[in-house]
Amino acid sequence: MNFMVVVLWTDVLLFILLAVCLAYARHAARRPHLRAPWARMARSASGMAAATVLSAFALIGVLDSLHYRPLIEAKPGVPGPARYAVEVRSVLDLVIQGVLGPMAGKSEKTYSAPLATHAFSRENIERPGPDGKPRQVREYPRLANGGAHLKDPAREWAADVATHAVRGMVFGFIAWLALAFVLLGAYAANHQEDGGIAGVWGDAWSGRGRLPWRSILITLLVICLCAGVAATLGSRYHLLGTDKVGQDVLYLALKSVRTALIIGTLTTLVMLPMGVLLGIAAGYFGGWIDDAIQYVYTTLNSIPGVLLIAASVLMMQVAIDANPGWFATAAERADFRLLCLCFILGMMSWTGLCRLMRGEALKLRELEYVQAARAFGVSRLAIIVRHILPNVMHLVIISAVMDFSGMVLTEAVLSYVGVGVDPSMSSFGSMINAARLEMSRDPMVWWSLAAAFFFMLALVLAANLFADAVRDAFDPRLSPKRRRRGLLAKASA
Amino acid sequence: MSAVLEIGGLNTRIETAGGVIRALDDVSFEIARGETFAVVGESGCGKSMTALSIMRLLPEAAWIDSGRVDQEGRRLLELPEYEMRDVRGRRIGMIFQEPATSLNPVMTCGEQIVEVLERHGIARGAAARARALDWLQRVGIPDPAQRMDDYPFQLSGGMKQRVMIALALCSEPEVLIADEPTTALDVTIQAQILDLLVELQRSNGMAMLLITHDLGVVARMAHRVALMYAGEMIEIGSRASFFARPLHPYAARLFAALPGSASRGSPLMTIPGMVPPLTTEFAGCRFAPRCAFAHARCEAEAPGWHMAATDGTTSHRARCHLLEEGEVPPLRAEAGAAAAALPVSQQGALLEVRDLKVHFPIRRGLFRRTVGHVRAVDGVSLTIGAGRTLALVGESGCGKTTVGKGLLQLIAPSAGSIRFDGRELAGAPAKVLRQSRSLMQIVFQDPFASLNPRMRVGEIIAEGMASFGLGVDQAGRDREAASLLAQVGLPADARDRYPHEFSGGQRQRIAIARALAVEPKLIVCDEPTSALDVSVQAQILNLLADLQRERGVALLFITHNLAVVEHLAHDIAVMYLGRIVESGSADEVLRRPRHPYTQALLAAVPRIEGGAEAPQVADRKLFADLPSPANPPAGCHFHTRCSRATAECAAAYPEARIVSQTHRVHCIHAQ
Ligand code: SF4
Ligand code: SF4
Repeated sequence: MNFMVVVLWTDVLLFILLAVCLAYARHAARRPHLRAPWARMARSASGMAAATVLSAFALIGVLDSLHYRPLIEAKPGVPGPARYAVEVRSVLDLVIQGVLGPMAGKSEKTYSAPLATHAFSRENIERPGPDGKPRQVREYPRLANGGAHLKDPAREWAADVATHAVRGMVFGFIAWLALAFVLLGAYAANHQEDGGIAGVWGDAWSGRGRLPWRSILITLLVICLCAGVAATLGSRYHLLGTDKVGQDVLYLALKSVRTALIIGTLTTLVMLPMGVLLGIAAGYFGGWIDDAIQYVYTTLNSIPGVLLIAASVLMMQVAIDANPGWFATAAERADFRLLCLCFILGMMSWTGLCRLMRGEALKLRELEYVQAARAFGVSRLAIIVRHILPNVMHLVIISAVMDFSGMVLTEAVLSYVGVGVDPSMSSFGSMINAARLEMSRDPMVWWSLAAAFFFMLALVLAANLFADAVRDAFDPRLSPKRRRRGLLAKASA
Repeated sequence: MSAVLEIGGLNTRIETAGGVIRALDDVSFEIARGETFAVVGESGCGKSMTALSIMRLLPEAAWIDSGRVDQEGRRLLELPEYEMRDVRGRRIGMIFQEPATSLNPVMTCGEQIVEVLERHGIARGAAARARALDWLQRVGIPDPAQRMDDYPFQLSGGMKQRVMIALALCSEPEVLIADEPTTALDVTIQAQILDLLVELQRSNGMAMLLITHDLGVVARMAHRVALMYAGEMIEIGSRASFFARPLHPYAARLFAALPGSASRGSPLMTIPGMVPPLTTEFAGCRFAPRCAFAHARCEAEAPGWHMAATDGTTSHRARCHLLEEGEVPPLRAEAGAAAAALPVSQQGALLEVRDLKVHFPIRRGLFRRTVGHVRAVDGVSLTIGAGRTLALVGESGCGKTTVGKGLLQLIAPSAGSIRFDGRELAGAPAKVLRQSRSLMQIVFQDPFASLNPRMRVGEIIAEGMASFGLGVDQAGRDREAASLLAQVGLPADARDRYPHEFSGGQRQRIAIARALAVEPKLIVCDEPTSALDVSVQAQILNLLADLQRERGVALLFITHNLAVVEHLAHDIAVMYLGRIVESGSADEVLRRPRHPYTQALLAAVPRIEGGAEAPQVADRKLFADLPSPANPPAGCHFHTRCSRATAECAAAYPEARIVSQTHRVHCIHAQ
């Protein structure tokens, strides 16, 4: 084996979460009342488009969660135990390296603009002068990697960028066709009545099918085109430029996706059991239990959140610094810090859910089917598990999905104020934090901020649209769109 | 008489996920000045839709497809919305079922009336205030000057409905639409509100469209009656001829399904099947699948309107082919002969309750100190014999439901003794209690809240069995569940379905099966039929009677519906403010009531037989509000509302007077 698998804590939790989601999907698929809201959600065009975008992000996140340490080539003839690099890499690194080649990672000295061939600032360079003696000139040096294949950038650059962009789009389109074929083929195989893959394809474009295939396919096309262009152009230029230490910004942004996803999901994982169990306990048992839980969350709510989080993070930081022996690699340290951050955020944000659950449990415990169960002498725990929990589950799902984007944004804010993730871990917040200085330069370095902004916008917007679709599907009070018809349509017009 | 409101060919549709619902199909009628036109029907028949269509207050998903609504020459369906706003309230007033939600909680009653008056330009400023005061007086609000500045939450339900009426009538509309105006109220309050409406109509001659499900209210109020079924009007006639001789087979069946003293001891007539879904296109008669007289023509051809063949002078008509063919359907079944005494198995007492008290502490302040008690149940004694039915009767807030929950220890009783089969349950250790739970079970009022929507029917029924370890294995429990379902008249495949797939009546059957699963000796039925339509109620009452006969279970029937009590109770206990004021056998309490409260209660029930000639509630003292159980009046609790009260009554709570071996009354002046 020429690598060693590294399992980080957040990886484990992320995969557990995935497994739980899959198990829930299997469970729900067999129960009509659990399946119905998801089927309703699957009919929402914006919801499914958002889900497509989220799947792309999730794919990046999952690939970035498979970690390993490569083997260090031993000197030939020197026997000894295999030694592995201290740097922890992920499958995503491997993929990016394969696609972007030399552009990935730290490949320049400092800033360069998107698609640039020359550095962003002048440097003193020695050049042979007309008289043959070396002379000091101040000019923009060529980049080590970005656009290095061009002989005369001034003339060739525009044509080169255009051809590669077009080639990228063609690749993207072909990939899209293949993907669409696989997806629709799988769907058609499961739904024979829709007339095979051709029938589904036809329905998709006429908007007749049961699923909003048209919006899914269009979203997918946009993603494929972007990915194609990123692959062809990104392997020749720094598509989104480089940052202060010469790292490719596209690479940084892709690596930040996992951080955002981890914060968005694992925090919820910490928060759900607290919020749900304490909330239901408070509502169902009442009395002093209710009083105690209420006091806790009221107190917690009345302390400014950022203050508490900053204090906790600093304490954690002290503990980590005092015990360098805990971690084998820097990646493990950064990961531990991320996990703690999730935990701290989770501990601070369960109160809203708890209050919601308490109110719901208060209502449900007076319902007659709970009374009937009590009349049968069913134990309290069984009542909570069988009668209360299944009937608040939809609210839990709604709030988990809605909280996701809030958490992603919170991470950005925290990293911006310096109490977020480890500085060695890329995250949107750190990118924005770095941009604080870049924006004040003249000319301005805008691309890190722009890249972080667009990636985050795509993620959060998709998450919010998805959350809206989920809420609409799970909340029976919101009914489908209505049309005004009949006699009164005229009168009220 | 000229028509104030004319409705012609009204078609209303509602868009739903399951297709377009034909909520109203070709509804036509007219109302004359000073006339009360009642629209009756079971839930979902379209009676409320009629009102909302006239007012153009339809929900978003609904629209009027075609038709005509004329109000004194105004074509309401063609008016622009801003003119329609003038019609609402000014020309047509409306009162709703739920007085609590129809008043604005942040405005005083006076302000709300003044607002309406100013909105319609009738009066302004001080004049408007004076008028508002006058209206509060007219609707019988005691001490109106003070009530003007009260907020709705400070008023009782009956008072709120009065304010609502004042609000609807202060602009003196030509038409008043009353949508189930008394359904949320107790009988004594209902009687007052109905009287008030009659009085007001007499004095200002408005036309009234009364929408209700209660045939008793119709008999009491209406001049003309229309019966609706599945979105269509199927019979229209004057009150006298409608009640004397219903023409449509559905009407006849409906009358036969009404419980009452006449049906005592015999099963009620029921209507097989269910109302067809309104998304269907009807080719023939909508009632055909359920009609005993259906013949070939009924399926093929929708019946038109036909006059009653008997008498050319009335305009009593119905949509039924039989009328045209000259065969008038037989009158409602005469139940008189069958009105035998209820079967009774005379045995010893199964349940003996002595002096049961349930007090809820009132806590205030930072440390939640107990500052007083709500005496929901304050010393109730009951005896139920094995296999007998005891009806516990009273108005809302009297504590009858709390008695039921206290017996089952769903709420811990504060004091008193509950002896079941000779074993003391009050304050018994948890283990004894758990064992005793299978002896008593409960069936609740709301069939929609009483079943867990996330559990299959089979699981729901098996839950109790599993909890008591009955039916050792899963297979045994499944078999048992199947046989229970058969007993309550549900198909065996119901076991694998979820509650939302069943109608209200079917759910109530499931709830009964769930209770029966643990083989109880007593079932507490807490208003089991009050959320159901008359025809479904009849099925459930028959089912309970059958079960009692076959299994010998005793029933504690908690209800406010005296007609149901007359139909099935062996014994009756009347409750007022946490105490039982009169108890005895059904015959004694219903025929020879001694307590003034029982007498008032019985007099207030609107009856079909009585018609409009029924005596009005002469006794204005009954109008007073129900006192708070946190602070009951000294002496006899009823003395604040009793017309026979004397100084003596306020002195001490009256001891039980024993009228006969079974009949006792808590009143000093009982006659
Ligand atoms: S038309 Fe036929 S089916 Fe309809 S009510 Fe009359 S007899 Fe019955
Ligand atoms: S004791 Fe007096 S107040 Fe009470 S019911 Fe009898 S007469 Fe009325």
